[in-house]
Amino acid sequence: MAYSDTVMDHFENPRNVGKIEDADGIGEVGNARCGDIMKMYLKIDNDVVTDVKFNTFGCGAAIATSSMATELIKGKTIEEVLTLTNKAVVEALDGLPPVKIHCSVLAEEAVKSALVDYYKRSGRQMPKALQDFKIDEDAHDS
Amino acid sequence: MSIYFDNAATTVCGETAAQAVYTAMKEVYGNPSSVHRLGQKAAVVLDRARSDTAKVLNCEAKEVYFTSGGTEADNWAIRSAARTGALKGKKHIISSKFEHHAVLHTLNALEKEGFEVTLLDVYSDGLVRVDDLADAVREDTALVTIMYANNEIGTVQPVAEIGALCRLKGVIFHTDAVQAVGHIPVDVKRDNVDMLSLSAHKFHGPKGVGALYVRQRTPLNIFIEGGAQERGKRGGTENVPGVSGLAAALTEANERLEENAAKTIAIRERLVNALLEIPKSRYNGDPTKRLPGIINFCFEGIEGESLLLKLDAAGICASSGSACTSGSLDPSHVLLAIGLSHEVAHGSLRLSFNERNSVEEADFIIKTLPTIIEKLRSMSPVWEKIQKGGK
Repeated sequence: MAYSDTVMDHFENPRNVGKIEDADGIGEVGNARCGDIMKMYLKIDNDVVTDVKFNTFGCGAAIATSSMATELIKGKTIEEVLTLTNKAVVEALDGLPPVKIHCSVLAEEAVKSALVDYYKRSGRQMPKALQDFKIDEDAHDS
Repeated sequence: MSIYFDNAATTVCGETAAQAVYTAMKEVYGNPSSVHRLGQKAAVVLDRARSDTAKVLNCEAKEVYFTSGGTEADNWAIRSAARTGALKGKKHIISSKFEHHAVLHTLNALEKEGFEVTLLDVYSDGLVRVDDLADAVREDTALVTIMYANNEIGTVQPVAEIGALCRLKGVIFHTDAVQAVGHIPVDVKRDNVDMLSLSAHKFHGPKGVGALYVRQRTPLNIFIEGGAQERGKRGGTENVPGVSGLAAALTEANERLEENAAKTIAIRERLVNALLEIPKSRYNGDPTKRLPGIINFCFEGIEGESLLLKLDAAGICASSGSACTSGSLDPSHVLLAIGLSHEVAHGSLRLSFNERNSVEEADFIIKTLPTIIEKLRSMSPVWEKIQKGGK
């Protein structure tokens, strides 16, 4: 099992690590039992993700996918962020070993669950795409 | 710069062993079964390797069967004892929860064939209890197979007592001694062992070669058909280079056993004392009943693979458990067996070393490791919870 150079770069030098104290939305997915937890913090202004930070407990791929996901959504509109898929994260990282694909699923879910939290906090009408959003509990079995 | 602290996965081949392999390949290249002088020369080298191996184990040369390694030896011993037992209506096997997968997977396969397997608990000190074994032995027990020393945490089992009990009960006792041989004194007579597996590359021998000791009069099935080699039990032209290297490495390791152990234990104690200083660290297994050169720690709030990648980037080769299971997402079955939670077991680090490592290398690890752990913890939501006392 070998990681691509891009994965190693994002693992060694993760982008947007940290917390946002006055975040507008926070999402936490995964569980320590399975070996990875991602926590995503969003700052949203005028439907644009103006800042994003993450904290991750997990393997190299878990850290790299979190980092890449933050890069892919920073500065984007919510509408654009909603189109983020785990496949896009994998492609941006130049691939992941098959046993690590579930990390990219977690990254996508962390972003979406932070958006759900944002809508709940702001009391705004949740977009259709998020109403159907459910965390895939079986991601670890795939 | 590269610091190699993964010697439980494999070791560098020693100079003497490499020379023996080379000589067998280039000079004594005859087939030991050939009648001519070159063949007979190879037969002498083969006999010598067998008697040298026997001398270290304190057995007869004819009790040593060369194999392709520890995994094959485990498979052969267990399957053979199972088949022997089944002929007498004995279809029960006892082992432990933290054996190597070479043993556990073979037992799984036998279960599917109708055998019943009892896996003894391993206690938090990384040891099985002889009393538990005594309770588990039944009239129909065909085999007890318990490892000599654990490959992930390094604890040494009460093998001599287990052997004595099995002898008393008339049950065949096999031990996977892959991590023990060449590192601590192993004596099949003292330990009352009926079958024992060893592997050359764990003590500076070449890869792909090992041996199975089988006590005289212990039934042994044919493992590979096709020739009179290995007393007709394992056909195929003998791996003369491999077994020459095995015997050379084993003889050398045995001659320097005490000296090497003293040097290795000094490194171990230095590492252990320093790593225990790291907050929320845990030293796994009994501190004294253990091999000189394997230690295993858990660091709460971080995950093992990211720790290994960071260590590798710093030039340190280590492991989070058994090399055989890396790539698996589950935490080590060994750490779960000694009672650790999944969360804690994920943050494991195995350092395995020997006399070829230095105190300076240990000091480099001692200097580097805490910074890496701190960095990973600083971005870990699990560590954040631990800090807040939420966990």
